[in-house]
Amino acid sequence: MRGIYNYGFIDENTKKEIRRKLLKAVAIPGYQVPFGSRELPIARGWGTGGLQITLSIIGPEDTIKVIDQGCDDSVNACNLRDFIVTTTGVKSTTDTLEASIIQTRHRIPEEKMRADQILVLQVPYPETLRWVEPSEQETRRMHAEKDYSKLWVFLYEEIVRWGEITLSYRYPVMVNGRYAMDPSPIPRWDVPKLHQAETLFLFGAGREKRIYAIPPYTDVVPLQFEDYYFQVENFKGKFCKFCGSTDSYLDEVYDRETGERYFACSDTSFCMKRRKQSSGIPVKIGRRWYE
Amino acid sequence: MAYVAVKGGKKAIEEAEKLVTYYRYKGGSTPIEVKQILDQMRMAVYQVMGEGSLYAPELAALALKQTEGDTLEASFLLRAFRSTLPRNFYSLPVDTTCMQVIRRISAAFKDIPGGQYLGPTRDYTKRLLNFELLEEGEEHVKDFMAEYLAEIEDEIHEPPPTFPKVIDLLRQEGLLEIPKRDKEGETKVVDDITRQSLRFPASRAMRLQSLARGETGSMMALAYSSMRGYGNIHPVLGELRVGYVDLVVSHPLIEGETITVGKVMVTEVEIVSEIMTSNEHRDKNRRPKFTAGYGLCFGQNEVKAIAMATLDRAMASENPKAPAEDEEFVLYHIDGIEASGFTSHWKLPHYVDFQAVLNRVRSVREREGRK
Repeated sequence: MRGIYNYGFIDENTKKEIRRKLLKAVAIPGYQVPFGSRELPIARGWGTGGLQITLSIIGPEDTIKVIDQGCDDSVNACNLRDFIVTTTGVKSTTDTLEASIIQTRHRIPEEKMRADQILVLQVPYPETLRWVEPSEQETRRMHAEKDYSKLWVFLYEEIVRWGEITLSYRYPVMVNGRYAMDPSPIPRWDVPKLHQAETLFLFGAGREKRIYAIPPYTDVVPLQFEDYYFQVENFKGKFCKFCGSTDSYLDEVYDRETGERYFACSDTSFCMKRRKQSSGIPVKIGRRWYE
Repeated sequence: MAYVAVKGGKKAIEEAEKLVTYYRYKGGSTPIEVKQILDQMRMAVYQVMGEGSLYAPELAALALKQTEGDTLEASFLLRAFRSTLPRNFYSLPVDTTCMQVIRRISAAFKDIPGGQYLGPTRDYTKRLLNFELLEEGEEHVKDFMAEYLAEIEDEIHEPPPTFPKVIDLLRQEGLLEIPKRDKEGETKVVDDITRQSLRFPASRAMRLQSLARGETGSMMALAYSSMRGYGNIHPVLGELRVGYVDLVVSHPLIEGETITVGKVMVTEVEIVSEIMTSNEHRDKNRRPKFTAGYGLCFGQNEVKAIAMATLDRAMASENPKAPAEDEEFVLYHIDGIEASGFTSHWKLPHYVDFQAVLNRVRSVREREGRK
């Protein structure tokens, strides 16, 4: 494809536009910046927002890692990685520590990311107020006036009805004390990783045509009440069947032959490293977010 | 093992792609020529060009071949290809009274200046399966063409006709109301939805551009809802015309000069809707008038053009109530590429999200002691 199409597929003017919008997004943490999202040869809703960001910032020296639901091997991750690599010629990796840019759908890697890395998150619903308000015109007004009362009432009613807030992924967060933001459909498990991180987080919603960002060392606080604190998923007593991990996000899996239920790390790269380590193969495992 | 696993996903994709090709070939027939699709699947080509928002008949035919006739997927291919093309010019506004018309009808007046032209349409054919087509051969084509061309020999050398617009008759009489919003929104710079995302309230340019590239079926459903009762638009077809228009751009160097860059086939519809009856229009100074809706799309796609004009009018309602009158509702949901992409993205794994949901549901059940 290289030679037929421009480096990174998208034309340079568009990339420049996206980079400008990224700068604006970084300058106003958590604010959704509208952009003229282009169609890519990947279906809308399959990561075109993240992809446009990645293709706009990637240089020949970069190393890319693409994960889908924590997994490098997922067919969509393969497809996106293949597209990025064929149109740019950059190196790809599955190792979180080696990547300079990681594009992800719905997970933040288990190994802590550094200041020289960027995490690009694919976003289906950029608007956290969509839980309570369908109209875009109205939600833009609510953000402008920092009018989040509907969202607070919604969370309060959840507690009244269920005894807790039942939002599981896409948990609303307050960024820099100003904007309520949708952290993309990462599980609650990953939400605290966004707070005061060393890494730059970029969010791209292609279909909804919005870009937003969390710069390093920004306050990111899940919406919570004084007497009802935000809690992450509980895997008490569970462990990964393959690496034995008890402190990573686990997927629940049914064995294809026996039908027996077991748990396994959602971050397959992290899991593989631990398995290598336990079988005596030298491997470098990064620090953890919650150390 | 990590390496092997990564290969696994990649291999599966490659094999799936081979299977797609296999399924196209396995019947053993001769591959369809793109020219055949171009000539004989006209309606599909028009639809794909419109929804892909790229006027490229040959590429649209190629896309239809590649996708085995899936118009959504074919439009998507065109749209993706379109992203790689730079925007060099904006054409000057097209005056459709200069359209070289192949079909032109009005449902508002029995006779109109220039007359009605039925043109190529299936509207009044009986919808019976034509079993003769099962055995259609080149002989049939030759015979028909020889006979038909002899029949129309005298007319064929006449240039295609151009006509004044029916709706201008109403306009001259002052019977046509221009919605208030559009007067306010008039600006010199025309918005471009391929370069800016939609903002609400949307300018008329943004609305019409979105509709022009909308998916035919979605637009029809929404327009139909308005005609049927969720809303109040009973469109009278002032005029429907199909034909060719020239596209002209300003000369990039010589000021005041223009260059014709090509010709496109379009369907244009102007509807008039009944007198405004809602309360806000009942003030004493306003006399009853008609309001217009405008539709224009690539190729011959009459259902889409009528739906577009209906929605254009419906969205101009100053006090929207029905879904088709709500511009956010309409404009956010009619794009076939976006809607089909998101609808099919649910096929992607959602293991992580679902695990998070399971965790919450179990947590609530545990607390309530109903485990």
